Amino acid sequence: MRALAVGDRALLVEVASGEEARALHAELLRRRAEGSLIVDEIVPAARTVLLDGLADPSGWARELTAAEVPPAPAHTRTVVTLPVRYDGPDLAEVAAHWGVPEPEVARIHAAAEFTVAFCGFAPGFGYLTGLPARYDVPRRDTPRTAVPAGSVALAGPYTGVYPRSSPGGWQLIGTTDAALWDHARVPAALLTPGARVRFAPVATA
Amino acid sequence: MTDRALVVVRAGALTTVQDRGRPGHAHLGVPRSGALDGPAAALVNRLVGNPPGAAVLETTLNGCALRPRSTVVMAVGGAPSPVRVGGRPVAWGAPVVVPAGQLLEVGTAVLGVRAYVAVSGGLDVEPVLGSRSTDLLSGLGPAPLADGVVLPLGDPPGPHARVDVAPQPRPPAELVLRVTPGPRDDWFTPRAVHDFTSRVYRVSSASNRIGLRTEGPALERARAGELPSEGMVLGAVQVPPDGRPVVFLADHPTTGGYPVIAVVRAADLPAAAQAVPGVPVRFVAVRRR
Repeated sequence: MRALAVGDRALLVEVASGEEARALHAELLRRRAEGSLIVDEIVPAARTVLLDGLADPSGWARELTAAEVPPAPAHTRTVVTLPVRYDGPDLAEVAAHWGVPEPEVARIHAAAEFTVAFCGFAPGFGYLTGLPARYDVPRRDTPRTAVPAGSVALAGPYTGVYPRSSPGGWQLIGTTDAALWDHARVPAALLTPGARVRFAPVATA
Repeated sequence: MTDRALVVVRAGALTTVQDRGRPGHAHLGVPRSGALDGPAAALVNRLVGNPPGAAVLETTLNGCALRPRSTVVMAVGGAPSPVRVGGRPVAWGAPVVVPAGQLLEVGTAVLGVRAYVAVSGGLDVEPVLGSRSTDLLSGLGPAPLADGVVLPLGDPPGPHARVDVAPQPRPPAELVLRVTPGPRDDWFTPRAVHDFTSRVYRVSSASNRIGLRTEGPALERARAGELPSEGMVLGAVQVPPDGRPVVFLADHPTTGGYPVIAVVRAADLPAAAQAVPGVPVRFVAVRRR
């Protein structure tokens, strides 16, 4: 692990893979729950976990640099299932990237089990991993100015679902009616870091 | 119907409700938001007897006009601006009684960008995740003000020792931002790292609550390729592909994929909120505390 100082009160802990980031994130949450880590924000991302609001970042840097990446925690048993109509406008393009007939995209995507690697971009937008690397797709050359809420989309190694309408450059493969974000709910985000997710195909209208 | 309310007569260029924001939800993609000039927001609250975290209005350059339905105490601070009640000039940076139905007008800022308007009792709009702040990146919180909107007010604070006048810093003629290097300074050429802390930038008119954008020497990268998305902090100086540094302010995205060359000290960010386009910016490297 490498710990990079970020300003006077934060630390960016860098590991080798998304799986290690998930393990480190779980361990840091455990330490916060037991009271040994006092911090304002713990923000997991692709290869890093950010600790923001530390009283003694250099002390934590020494400790984490000397430590091994903890073993990956067991996956939680709960799986969030998102009903999805595979009717996105970029299905043909994704099928071409994958080298499969268009109807196969839904079958392959719905067969995979995903994990929320991290959130960002918008409240409740999760970056989900779970597809084999051969199914990575590039972003669209020209982003759309408005992607509808509930769009299920692919970019790089990630699947994401747009919680609300926003501009976006991901490849759209489907639509869900699930409420990804509801600030009256606790937690407001349906998909939180570490959560397991499956997509269940429903008939297109 | 309660008369504890404030009618927005002129919303101004961009006026939002702000308090101390909603930190603690970055892992869900929720920006912290909150007043960009936090000390000014806390000060106008003190002037009207509110707790420092009560919700106030943050204006942008050309003020706003407001009509309370009941008699309230109001105070305007932050960017120095002409203030009138019922058409008569009143003090800026001091509590003023605004009788029910009278118009309080905040004019165009003489200096600086953002004026803060506090009302006794605070603005009582519905909180979202513990904050009433408008977040322009994610759309959380109340919409920016529009003419004719009515904002509910909280109960007036009890008897208190109000502050009558308080010193406020002048908006900067030159913005000096102290920075600590990293975490991604190694993504830039030695020349770029040197230029960043030795050349002069200017505040860009494209600046907003998300970031203070700059114009000046483009910073050249030492390596190509993409940085995997990583967590971002307030004050991070991110360098997008055009090479011009952007200082992240309260509505900044929680993760990002452009390298952060340095981080601005939190104490210097309120001045950044008041720097008008064209103001020179110098980034000064300091030792980490």
